[in-house]
Amino acid sequence: MIQKKRKLGRGVAVVGAGLSKFGLYPKGVRGQDLFVEAYNELKQSVDKGLDSNEIDALYLGNISSDLFERQVHVAPAVAGRIGLVPKPAIRFEDACAASGVAFREAVIAISSGIYDIVLAGGLEKMTNLDTIQVTEVLAAAMDPDTEIPAGETFPGIYATIATAHMAKYGTTVEDFMRLGIKNHYNGGLNPHAHFDASIPDIMKRRAASAVKKGLPEPHWADEMEFLHDPKQNPVIAWPMRLFDCSTICDGASCVLLVAGDIAKNFSDKPIYVIGTGQASDYFLAERDELTSLRAAKLAAKEAYEMAGVGPKDIKIAEVHDCFTIAELVGMEDLGFYEPGEAVKAIREGENRLDGKLPINTDGGLKAKGHPIGASGTGMIVEIFKQMREEAGPRQVKKKDVDLGLTHNAGAHGSTIVVNIFERR
Amino acid sequence: MALENKFSDVAENKLYSLAYNKLLSEHKLIGSRCKKCGHLAVPPKPICPECHGNEMELEEMKGRGKVVAYTVVAVGSPLMVEEGYGKEKHYCCGIVELEEGAKICARISGVDTSKPEQIKIGTPVALDYVEATHAADPTHEQGERTFLSFKALS
Repeated sequence: MIQKKRKLGRGVAVVGAGLSKFGLYPKGVRGQDLFVEAYNELKQSVDKGLDSNEIDALYLGNISSDLFERQVHVAPAVAGRIGLVPKPAIRFEDACAASGVAFREAVIAISSGIYDIVLAGGLEKMTNLDTIQVTEVLAAAMDPDTEIPAGETFPGIYATIATAHMAKYGTTVEDFMRLGIKNHYNGGLNPHAHFDASIPDIMKRRAASAVKKGLPEPHWADEMEFLHDPKQNPVIAWPMRLFDCSTICDGASCVLLVAGDIAKNFSDKPIYVIGTGQASDYFLAERDELTSLRAAKLAAKEAYEMAGVGPKDIKIAEVHDCFTIAELVGMEDLGFYEPGEAVKAIREGENRLDGKLPINTDGGLKAKGHPIGASGTGMIVEIFKQMREEAGPRQVKKKDVDLGLTHNAGAHGSTIVVNIFERR
Repeated sequence: MALENKFSDVAENKLYSLAYNKLLSEHKLIGSRCKKCGHLAVPPKPICPECHGNEMELEEMKGRGKVVAYTVVAVGSPLMVEEGYGKEKHYCCGIVELEEGAKICARISGVDTSKPEQIKIGTPVALDYVEATHAADPTHEQGERTFLSFKALS
């Protein structure tokens, strides 16, 4: 495949970021209202203030306000709610990569010179529907001729990748569990997280709840024993158990992108976007490789080349963990570890807050939550906070977080977006 | 070629999903062979993913292959729940590599779903269709449908 090396037409920086609390909201709450919460937080984060009239366009990621909220054309509705009308407002739908794509398109628009200031974000109000109905909405991102008739679900698709990875490299279910433990620990330090609780916290809560119900108090020697307990951590699609799966929840996120040459008008600490890449792929069975996602490798290659850096230069990353196996495969596809070797880092705790390469410091989609359309820019919100040393109790221990990366996957990796950020 | 003639109305119009599903209901698994480079795609594709040629020949698969990846699902899809599967009755599905070389996602039977860790990658399988009755949905009429399934041979 001949592909010319791409570069940004001009510099782009992130100067603001905001998130709603991720979680379960009652039926009357609209996704738009959660976006307002995220936008208000974003405005607070712009050091030198933001005049909304300066925003040129809204780029909004969302997988299915159609089915979750019976609302289409949601981008202008959001623009109306936050005072951006009559600026252009566009919705992006690329499954779980919706707002990752919205962000990248905003980068492209600014770098082209068309716009100077773009608000990119995403929202999803999923919990109006029950779990089975949500599963059906998400499954619409699969092949209707093969995967749906086979009975596949998204946990099933990623579990299928997991069995191939286990057979090829000797990866174990305990490796998946270790990722869940790490992400829940980080989520426990994140007040925006849906599950703001570590696994030991959850064990204590469940033990207390059993006692309250007059049941015998359960005991688990450690997190691993808890996660092996089928009552506490049932199989969803073997080998993916409940604590391997991201949560269905509601939420919104947004970031403010501006042209690099005006970034200092907004903040003395802008975070520059120096590389972006995106690729697509076939449905799972049509691919040559089942133990890696080619779109991630291609998107990463494009982003690294544009940024002029390599995987070993990255200091912090957000890796799409819709399921624990997705984070593991992502770590390899991004080049942080050789194929089959991410497990070594996982076993040695290299990706914890105090590790060599912290990953998913906000709790990831596993603990922070996965309100689909909000997830892509939600990752960028975390990278923005960490690189500006504003992440509070979950701030990474090392001080040189000057290069960050986000990896946002849509469906089975049939869309993947990779972005690289620099603190100067 | 016989297949192509029989479904010339759909194949010539490149309605490949319709052709694939019609033939599946007659217990025929078909793919498309690119006349230019010989690449095989199952289900059939109107444009070759390898050489972008658009002259394709429909070809029936022999129906033998092996499991290359799988899962045993406990929280079933709505379709499978309608067939009685779910928390009390798990099912296996995954990816089968056909002898002809193409891979396809399908149901897998003849394996012990109570011991998912013992199902082996590489297990040889043979075509074994499943018929089930389903309610109407936006892309199907109500009634019996045929589903692609493979049965483990060992």
